[in-house]
Amino acid sequence: MAAGATYAAAGAGVAPPPDAVVALANVDIAYRLADGGTYVAVEDASLALRAHEFVAIVGPTGCGKSTLLNAAAGLLKPAAGSVRIFGAPLAGLNGQAGYLFQQDALMPWKTARDNVAIALEVGGTPRAQAVETAQTWLARVGLGSFGDRYPHQLSGGQKKRVGLAQVLIRDPKILLMDEPFGPLDAQTRQIMGNLLLDLWSRDRKAVMFVTHDLEEAIALADRVIIMSAGPRARIIGDHAIDIARPRDAAEVRLDPQFHEIHRAIWNQLKAEVIKAYAEVPA
Amino acid sequence: MRISRARLLFLQAMVAVAFFVIWHIGSTVPIAGVYFLPKFFFSTPIDVIVRVYQMFAGGKIWGHLAITLWETILAFVIGSAGGVLVGFWFARKPLVAMVFDPYVKMVNALPRVVLAPIFMLWLGLGIWSKVALGVTLVFFIVFFNVYQGVKEVSPTVLANARMLGMNERQLFRHVYWPSALSWMFSSLHTSVGFALVGAVVGEYLGSAAGLGYLIHQAEGVFDVTGVFAGMVILAAFVLLIDWLVTLVEDRLLVWRPQSAAGQA
Repeated sequence: MAAGATYAAAGAGVAPPPDAVVALANVDIAYRLADGGTYVAVEDASLALRAHEFVAIVGPTGCGKSTLLNAAAGLLKPAAGSVRIFGAPLAGLNGQAGYLFQQDALMPWKTARDNVAIALEVGGTPRAQAVETAQTWLARVGLGSFGDRYPHQLSGGQKKRVGLAQVLIRDPKILLMDEPFGPLDAQTRQIMGNLLLDLWSRDRKAVMFVTHDLEEAIALADRVIIMSAGPRARIIGDHAIDIARPRDAAEVRLDPQFHEIHRAIWNQLKAEVIKAYAEVPA
Repeated sequence: MRISRARLLFLQAMVAVAFFVIWHIGSTVPIAGVYFLPKFFFSTPIDVIVRVYQMFAGGKIWGHLAITLWETILAFVIGSAGGVLVGFWFARKPLVAMVFDPYVKMVNALPRVVLAPIFMLWLGLGIWSKVALGVTLVFFIVFFNVYQGVKEVSPTVLANARMLGMNERQLFRHVYWPSALSWMFSSLHTSVGFALVGAVVGEYLGSAAGLGYLIHQAEGVFDVTGVFAGMVILAAFVLLIDWLVTLVEDRLLVWRPQSAAGQA
């Protein structure tokens, strides 16, 4: 445990940068187990997300990367450490953030248009105006003529588009994404990646993007954070991705620079993935 | 298996024809000097049809049908309202649910027919004792469904709604309520059916009007034709109500996958 101790000591001393939009400092996240014990998912995680920065968090299955995201969203309270949003400690839900979930999160009893419009309506926007703006957003995500469909009448990719419109219509300062394109097939993922990059490039919100797909992370992000295998997962790597923008989420994978970065990060991640599989049978 | 609609209808009609032919022959044609289905116990299909016609032609049946329908509607509305309220209350207050759990199970396990005499004592022979019997049946169906519906809202949908900034009131209106309603409507056929069962059983056990009363009266004077005629009318009545429920259901649950067959 000598190595772990040094890491913890180093982490404790690092102050988040003053312009951090989301700052996690020495965060521990623990679950109470049914038998009375505790399961520590994430230990001593410190992470700062600056304005206009697209950060991807990558790690092996079950490493607690989604847990970290939930802490930033206020859906989970960390057992130790602090979460600050724009410098203020987070209490309750993070009202500045939009969250795109991995699973289906649309209300099945509302049409695509109503699902998007409700995001404005809850904030007090009159219905007619909310519906009009929702229609604009549906068109923006390529679903202009799908407004009357119910979620079950949409494909997986289309549901993600509606989800994206639902989150972005509120114009959140921070975008939290939990493996949003995980359930989609490879082609659809790349198309969704490009859509996301296109929408993001308009105002460059701060993005925290969790994925298990290293290629996707490098293709999209400015920075890739690597987490170790759980339990007691830690942040073990922080790599800047200086591939020029605008990028094409599919074509960037052919770039020699992409391969170089991928090789460097993969060497680090590989050891953790093997460790994760050794402990948790797939 | 693929079968044309006309062929299916034909086969279905043949079942009815065979049934009536066997019934008719058994009750009117002596085989080796013995009636296979004696008229006294089984009546005859022609007699039953004639009796049904007479009941409608005479006009008296409408009043009885109206009474039964009214009891069914009241039982359904009151039972559903109670089930929705208590279902929501229990689902949102786990302590209340835990405390009342054994009592709910106990009352629900009770065969409701044994309550009929009590209701008759309390509420008299009018419609309200029948409504009360129907309510005890409908209430539990709706209650269990609403309780389940509120508890089994997808955690992701709920978390998403919270992240979109919904307060408790908005969560209720846009998440809990639609979810509970969808569960309630999925049991609509059952609960409407039970409302009718409550009404008819109640009438049968003691009343002065309604379909159950007609059947009971006929039975009291060994008028088998009357009993069967009442049953035929009751069956047609149930089919009609069930058809209406299907119409309502298709309108209200358009967002459900199963009601949108053929959609991509």
